[in-house]
Amino acid sequence: MAKPKTFSKFRDVQEEITRSGSAIFRDKDGFEALVVRSPYAIEYIHSYAEDSPFFLGLAEGKILGSRCTNAACRFVFATPRSHCMVCGTATQWHPLPNRGKLHSWTTCHFGSEAFLKETPYNLALVEFEGAGSVLLARLKDCTEKDLYVGMPVEARFSDQPRYSITDLWFVPART
Amino acid sequence: MVTGGVTKFAKAHPAMDFRLMVKRAYDYALRDATNLTSDRIDGTRISYFSDHFSRQLKAASMVQDYLGMNPKGSVRIEWGGATGGECFQAAYEAVASGRMDVCLAAGYETMSRVATWKGNEFIALASDTNFDFPLGGFYTGYYALMVVRHVYEYLRLGKFAHVRDEREAQRLAIAEAQRVMSWVSVKNHVNALHNPYAQYPKRVSVDDVLRSEMISYPLTRDQICTMSDGAAVAVLCDEARAKEFTDRPIRVTGVGCGTDTMRLADRPFGKVPLFPHEKAADYERLSYPGVHSFRAGRAAGLEAYRMAGITDPIRQLDFIELHDAYASSEIQTYEDLGLCRYGEGYDFTLTGAPFLKHLDYGLPVPDAGKIPVNPSGGLIACGHPVGATGLMQGVFAFWQLQERIAKHFGDPTLQLEHPQRGAIHSHAGTGSSVTVSILERGY
Repeated sequence: MAKPKTFSKFRDVQEEITRSGSAIFRDKDGFEALVVRSPYAIEYIHSYAEDSPFFLGLAEGKILGSRCTNAACRFVFATPRSHCMVCGTATQWHPLPNRGKLHSWTTCHFGSEAFLKETPYNLALVEFEGAGSVLLARLKDCTEKDLYVGMPVEARFSDQPRYSITDLWFVPART
Repeated sequence: MVTGGVTKFAKAHPAMDFRLMVKRAYDYALRDATNLTSDRIDGTRISYFSDHFSRQLKAASMVQDYLGMNPKGSVRIEWGGATGGECFQAAYEAVASGRMDVCLAAGYETMSRVATWKGNEFIALASDTNFDFPLGGFYTGYYALMVVRHVYEYLRLGKFAHVRDEREAQRLAIAEAQRVMSWVSVKNHVNALHNPYAQYPKRVSVDDVLRSEMISYPLTRDQICTMSDGAAVAVLCDEARAKEFTDRPIRVTGVGCGTDTMRLADRPFGKVPLFPHEKAADYERLSYPGVHSFRAGRAAGLEAYRMAGITDPIRQLDFIELHDAYASSEIQTYEDLGLCRYGEGYDFTLTGAPFLKHLDYGLPVPDAGKIPVNPSGGLIACGHPVGATGLMQGVFAFWQLQERIAKHFGDPTLQLEHPQRGAIHSHAGTGSSVTVSILERGY
């Protein structure tokens, strides 16, 4: 009479563990740790809330900073915020020029997993005339060797906006 | 502080989860104290940085019950990279306020649970997810932006001010900074050769460091800390009980904490908050902090030094365990903590002042031993399991001040000669929060 086969597939535990993408880790004392894989994905429903006009502005080819409405302050933020960090007063939207210069820069040869496939990429902090703070952006059409602090740059905007900060990037300014 | 314990920091500890790692460090600490049993501990402060790494919310509750601490009071501490330093100060506050007589500070991180580049992504989520992260969220990139500006402010406009061609001047200045950052990397890796808890002890040369992979220009792999699994604990108690638990208690005489904007781009251009040994005239032309310096580190130093009565840190401190997530940030922090003036960090490194005496670095270090920084090897060589790191610094500083490095490391090399006072420095984000705590010999 044939033996029941109910549990036969579990007979080779090692093979089953490997097949499932898991592994046994044996440490120097011979202890066996079972290591399994557990995927985790999630979609957030994220509102830009008070920052929304900035991202809508990018889709129209505009960089909107913000300016403090307190006459005694008038601080201009290149990365907008709806209330002034200096005096606490509400700010108003303040269009920034499409040209600026590099406050600092780097070329990333590695990155987070989400951006590894885009390496190498350049990051830049951009200064604008009349603004008291700077803006972080990607810098394209140039390599590490071209870049220096103070370099003039100009903005480019995606014509297929994804409503992300990546809708804006900078390139070396045409003289 | 009356006792502490640390697990060896490693790329991965697959045979221990976070609870067991903390338990091992905790048991070590209990064994190293006298008359200290868990019933003497009134409560805990437990730190870990990211829920993403363990995919386990409220993991501190699991540490609490694994250690058998229920139903005592506990709270989880999280403050980015400074999580461990904050946990140390939270335990200090629990005792100083009179709420507890004896408090356990315990911290850990298990970063091996995801691949390295995914881990970098989790860390980069500690940057503004509207304006910063989507651009290529990567902390090494952020620190590279900061050091490029630091180099511009202090080397381009300093040592290389005479070079006419702008690009050539900046290229020379960055090459010089890369060389000096490599000195820091050599120091920390070589120190760690004598620390059995360190993850990456190795003998390297400046050329080795420069030749290691370029991660984010101008920072190379050997100038950057790694991800780690590890745990550390510290037990703090009031002065009346300290001698019951150890013949060599260490007094916490100063705590400081400072903050700055989450986004680098928001850092203002203002004036430098001065230490007593500095003058406003020193920094007339400097826009501060910008992205080149850590105002949070300066603020933390000011508060901690004031409380501990330190007016001349380089003379009054015998060593610093400094949060060197990057060789660049160690140099920037020398300036923030007043070991030298702003702008002098590179030259200060080259004097050898932060190196240890009697160790062979293969470098000329005439001032070695003046103010040893990261005698343990720091984050660059020990690893950086975030929630444990600041407590690890506390434990290493504690053993230094007890003069018991030889006992715990099995090697006396890193023991300083009769140190009286040391500082531990824990740093988060792009410098968005920093703690400094001062520890002094209490026996």
